Amino acid sequence: MRDALLSVHDFSVTYDVDPPVEAVKNVTLELRRGEILGLAGESGCGKTTLAYGVQRLLKAPALITSGSVVFHDASGEDVEVDRLDAEQMRRFRWDKVSMVFQGAMNALNPVAPIGAQLEDVFVVHRPSMSRAERREAVAELLEIVKVGRQRARSFPHELSGGMRQRVMIAMALALRPQLMVMDEPTTALDVLVQREILRQISQLRHEFGFTVVFITHDLPLLLEISDRIAIMREGEIVELDTAERIWSNPQDGYTKTLLSSFPRLTGERGVVVR
Amino acid sequence: MTVLEFDHVTKVYSVRGAGQMKALDDVSFTLESGRTIGLVGQSGSGKSTIAKILTQLETPTSGQVRLDGQPIPRRGAGLRAYRQTLRMVFQDPFASLNPYHSIRYHLERPLRLDAVVPKAELEDEVRRLLHRVRLEPDAVIDRRPHELSGGQRQRVAIARALASRPSLLVADEPVSMLDVSLRLGVLNLLADLGRDEGLGVLYITHDLATARHFSDEILVLNQGQVVERGTADDVILRPQHPYTRELRAASPDPEKHFASLSGSQGGTR
Repeated sequence: MRDALLSVHDFSVTYDVDPPVEAVKNVTLELRRGEILGLAGESGCGKTTLAYGVQRLLKAPALITSGSVVFHDASGEDVEVDRLDAEQMRRFRWDKVSMVFQGAMNALNPVAPIGAQLEDVFVVHRPSMSRAERREAVAELLEIVKVGRQRARSFPHELSGGMRQRVMIAMALALRPQLMVMDEPTTALDVLVQREILRQISQLRHEFGFTVVFITHDLPLLLEISDRIAIMREGEIVELDTAERIWSNPQDGYTKTLLSSFPRLTGERGVVVR
Repeated sequence: MTVLEFDHVTKVYSVRGAGQMKALDDVSFTLESGRTIGLVGQSGSGKSTIAKILTQLETPTSGQVRLDGQPIPRRGAGLRAYRQTLRMVFQDPFASLNPYHSIRYHLERPLRLDAVVPKAELEDEVRRLLHRVRLEPDAVIDRRPHELSGGQRQRVAIARALASRPSLLVADEPVSMLDVSLRLGVLNLLADLGRDEGLGVLYITHDLATARHFSDEILVLNQGQVVERGTADDVILRPQHPYTRELRAASPDPEKHFASLSGSQGGTR
């Protein structure tokens, strides 16, 4: 059994509107070092709120009403994420845990070259680096994600959707975080580009050994890439198991519904539940 | 009966500074009433150009498109009649319904414009349309789009498309924005309507799995050319063209994935 990277205990988030919405309800979850955990569920199930919440990225009216989040750093130190002050939190984010945001293709600044946007990460988090070192680090990142160093001066609109997504992954990779949270990273891409990006994520994970939380509603995709899958519904994790067992022996009724909502690509034709 | 015919259609766009781009290259196919053709391919393959030509947003550079045997009229009453015969179901049910208007208004409007039924029968016809898309008329007729779920909205959009009694429905990614548990319901509805009412359905998608289950025939487009066509099962299960194989290999397929895992440890992850 691999050791834990992140322990979430009894975590709840409420949107303090009228009437209040309990978006995440008493979630307890242990993320293992090096695994890909798939987080699946339909819109409004709380999967994004959970992923943002554990990094304290939520704004009012969202309110964390209970729970603790402990990050087990590779150095052996345990970081209680909910106890960090603002400056500690700023250092923690992106350095230990980075994100590839939903709609990442449009998350880039349209009026700045991508190289400059990648450099910003180092300006903020690695102030001791010289300009030349930053340039070199950016060039290296762009090589790693196969966009190519010569594109550092390109603007986002000059890149295809797939390339922009790679730039976002490069950005998330910049500080060699131990955990990467990916929120629907391939949803807007067509299947061929999606497959390339997935290959790349898997390859980078082998190379750099980070852990991935992969959020999507696309269960067939998760079944292929995840080690374990958590199924969320109405703020609760209704089932958490290895991808193989979720596929072959789902326990929860909702998991079964989700599984049967996707027609099989190759299985028997017409096996589509009504 | 043939509803739609694409006869050697080519569409060339001139791109400033980059010469000419062939969006469609000699595309021919026919769609019979009561049948569904799935049109698959990645972004930029020409799927949307076909939809644009059908809706008259573009005209072909060469070749001809015929609906019910007639070429597409360019203007006037002919064009109006054409638009009555061909109806679209769009991708985004949140954007394609007007937030200010009730469901009743959305369905009455095409009925009035195309004078489908006498005024006195408007209400009955609206209710009949809602029934056909499996919505309970009393529950939705006076509501506005934001009060309905995505799946219900898409059903309203389908009812609106049916209002003027078309012979062809063009559904451009009709379920990709819906929650997964609602998708099959909408696709099953489209399939039933096609079969029961003799509608031709052109189902444009990049999702091979639903294309296989909900189409009789599949056309694979790549860079404006039809690279493969055949019955849905033939194209997806026994693809001949390298591009179709590539598309299939890229589509998530848990069945094959777990089979290969148990067969040889390691798999293709």
